[in-house]
Amino acid sequence: MARARQAYDGVVLAAPTTIPYQRFSTETAHWWIARALAECLKTAGIRPAELDGFAVSSFSLFPDTAVGLTQHLGLTPRWLDHIPMGGASGIAALRRAARAVQAGDVDVVACVAGDTNQVDSFRRMLSSFSRFAQDASYPYGAGGPNASFALLTDHYMQKFGATREDFGRICVAQRDNALKNPHAVMKAPLTLDQYLSARMISDPIALFDCVMPVAGSEAFLVMREDDARAAGLPHAHIRSTIERHNAFPEDAIQMRGGWAMDIDELYAMADAKSDDIDLLQTYDDYPVISMMQFEDLGFCAKGEGPEFVRGKDLTIDGDFPHNTSGGQLSAGQAGAAGGYIGLVEAIRQVTGTAGPTQVAGARTAMVSGFGMINYDRGVCSNAAIISGAGA
Amino acid sequence: MTDPLSPPPKKDPQKRTRVPALPSGMRSRAALGLAVAAAEGRFMLQGCEACGALQYPPRDACSTCLSVDLKWRDVEPTGQLIAETTVRTSTSVYFRERTPWRVGSVKLDAGPSVMAHVHGDVAREAAVRLINRLDKSGQGVFFALPVDGSANMADDPQLRELTADPKFRRVLITDARNENSVALAKAFADAGATTIFVGEPEGWRPYPHRAALAAIANVAIVPLDVTDTQSVTELAGEIGGKTDILVNNARFIRPGGIMDRGDTVFARDEFETNVLGLMRLAQAFGPPMRNRGADGVNSAAAWVNILSVYAYANMPAYGVFSASNAAALSLSQCLRAEMAPGGVRVLNVYTGPTEDEWHQPLPPPKVAPSALARSVVAGLKDGLEDVYVGDVAKDLIERWRQGPKLLEREMIAEAGEAR
Repeated sequence: MARARQAYDGVVLAAPTTIPYQRFSTETAHWWIARALAECLKTAGIRPAELDGFAVSSFSLFPDTAVGLTQHLGLTPRWLDHIPMGGASGIAALRRAARAVQAGDVDVVACVAGDTNQVDSFRRMLSSFSRFAQDASYPYGAGGPNASFALLTDHYMQKFGATREDFGRICVAQRDNALKNPHAVMKAPLTLDQYLSARMISDPIALFDCVMPVAGSEAFLVMREDDARAAGLPHAHIRSTIERHNAFPEDAIQMRGGWAMDIDELYAMADAKSDDIDLLQTYDDYPVISMMQFEDLGFCAKGEGPEFVRGKDLTIDGDFPHNTSGGQLSAGQAGAAGGYIGLVEAIRQVTGTAGPTQVAGARTAMVSGFGMINYDRGVCSNAAIISGAGA
Repeated sequence: MTDPLSPPPKKDPQKRTRVPALPSGMRSRAALGLAVAAAEGRFMLQGCEACGALQYPPRDACSTCLSVDLKWRDVEPTGQLIAETTVRTSTSVYFRERTPWRVGSVKLDAGPSVMAHVHGDVAREAAVRLINRLDKSGQGVFFALPVDGSANMADDPQLRELTADPKFRRVLITDARNENSVALAKAFADAGATTIFVGEPEGWRPYPHRAALAAIANVAIVPLDVTDTQSVTELAGEIGGKTDILVNNARFIRPGGIMDRGDTVFARDEFETNVLGLMRLAQAFGPPMRNRGADGVNSAAAWVNILSVYAYANMPAYGVFSASNAAALSLSQCLRAEMAPGGVRVLNVYTGPTEDEWHQPLPPPKVAPSALARSVVAGLKDGLEDVYVGDVAKDLIERWRQGPKLLEREMIAEAGEAR
């Protein structure tokens, strides 16, 4: 670390909120965001007009942004942010809001992500996702992220000897976890045989490697520790964070994310080691990305991801609890809320409020975000270590 | 090895013709450079004039040094397939109808990695040769081929989508009386065209090469006069639904500019054939061809105009003929836009002076009918939009690109010298 970073003293995360996902919805992103915001504020006893900070992420809000939402939802904030980082949105919101609260620019920031999923909205989003996607990936089969991640998966398998069984272990464990989460979209058990015999979508990506696009929303509050205590809210501390965009542009194809540049700083700032992490929430749009995160986040060396998952039990009761709510692979991907699902679940875990998915004795969690296949690789990456009281 | 293409079965007229779907044609302005290069079959990437870096996808600034001085460059089209996938589920109607579809990541020897369509005969992780071709939406796309080629390589279904290969297709060549009709018909027969209709105006009037034309395999001589709307409509009624490639070969040419001629009689003939003839053909054959853009192995594929390169810059010694070709060039751009929804491409083959009686006083080099025919068929096999045949045409387009006004001055000077 070149220069010591200021700790996140006096700022906490509270009121983790999930609005149960639906496969399809006739409602709008505005509706889904309103519901998460309402429930989150209700938990904290804050009236909407009193809220002074608001950060939002959504893909299906067009033509509106956070600006339009203030008027739409009757908010009068003095601090406002719109974060278009997809799967990296949750931690990006946390980082920005935490510093603003710490500096006194704002007292409470409600961070919300939500998207609707209408019958044709996924197709429409793909064709205009980004300029590079429009110009240089969508014209090649229009397979969307399935095809892009199939290429990364194919390359990773060739290079490091990963097998489909290795990826299957991640998916099967998450389905196990999802069965304990009453809100997960996937409700049937999944065996490794079922995973392996599922139909191919974009080789080597098969059906159970893909997330299910759904409608849903997630939210949490970033606020002063004193205020959380006064309101009697369970809360989590931020011990460290990192963020990086467009890392390793010289790599011919992605086999590592930006975490690999900054991981030492993440542990050093938290004064923690990988053994101190009680549970890990990775961004799991495809299992190969979770495997890369095991490596880049310091749980094993590059290329040892396959061996790592062979030796670990990734379920809630296992020796390496991972994506305890079922993650996006089994709970569903609610657009930009996919960048919140792991963080919101982690806040619940370290505050002992996760209910049926609670990891026994969980105090410290690592959460990572990964966002935006702008062309051939995910561009945004970030991570945070958070702890509950008593950690 | 690719499975050889099978001759398409005879079409059941009661069956519905599939409506052409297209791959996404939306592109940024910078990315259109790929289509510009593909129109001539060139493999090019965007390069930075300031620092020399090559980059892909195309951008508005250099991702190495932020310079905005970017130009497209011809690049060595070799690389290695570093990852691949077979798309089996697609949100696009076009690809959904054509899955499984193979795509991959290619690391170019020149530097950047690109996404590309991949030929079925490319082995995993193999070295590849890339080509840049126009897809059915008219946009440039990369396609990876086996470095050393393979048996029946052109029959790969994904590659055939990017070409207008005459194999198993039915062709209509207009103007049997034109001296190059024999060479054209022969070239299409050699390329595997199933039927070669050759339109014959004024059939009662003999012409020397008729027997040679009729002797070519698969040739059917049919009555067609492009200056006569009824004649064009009648033929389209008969074969419009089975014309897959149309070669607009009719030409009326006389030497002379404006003041060399005492009237507008020849000018009227030139425009009647070279401009309105194109329009009559397009009005009669264009709609059925556009509707059949996705009609299987012998879908409608391309419209070919044989034009004078002096469409770009007037050659005063053939001043009015040049003007009629300039009008035809403009009309071809309109036709290209109108054919686009069917995925049917418009290929313009530009030639300098041809080896015939009307160019008799001009010095060589002149374009022989066989050379012209070879270029037409090669252009179709590569799915091109613009082909320049012979040294004169290539020289002229190069000078036109350097500066149209400069070329105009040179054309005037050359006319003075010739006098």
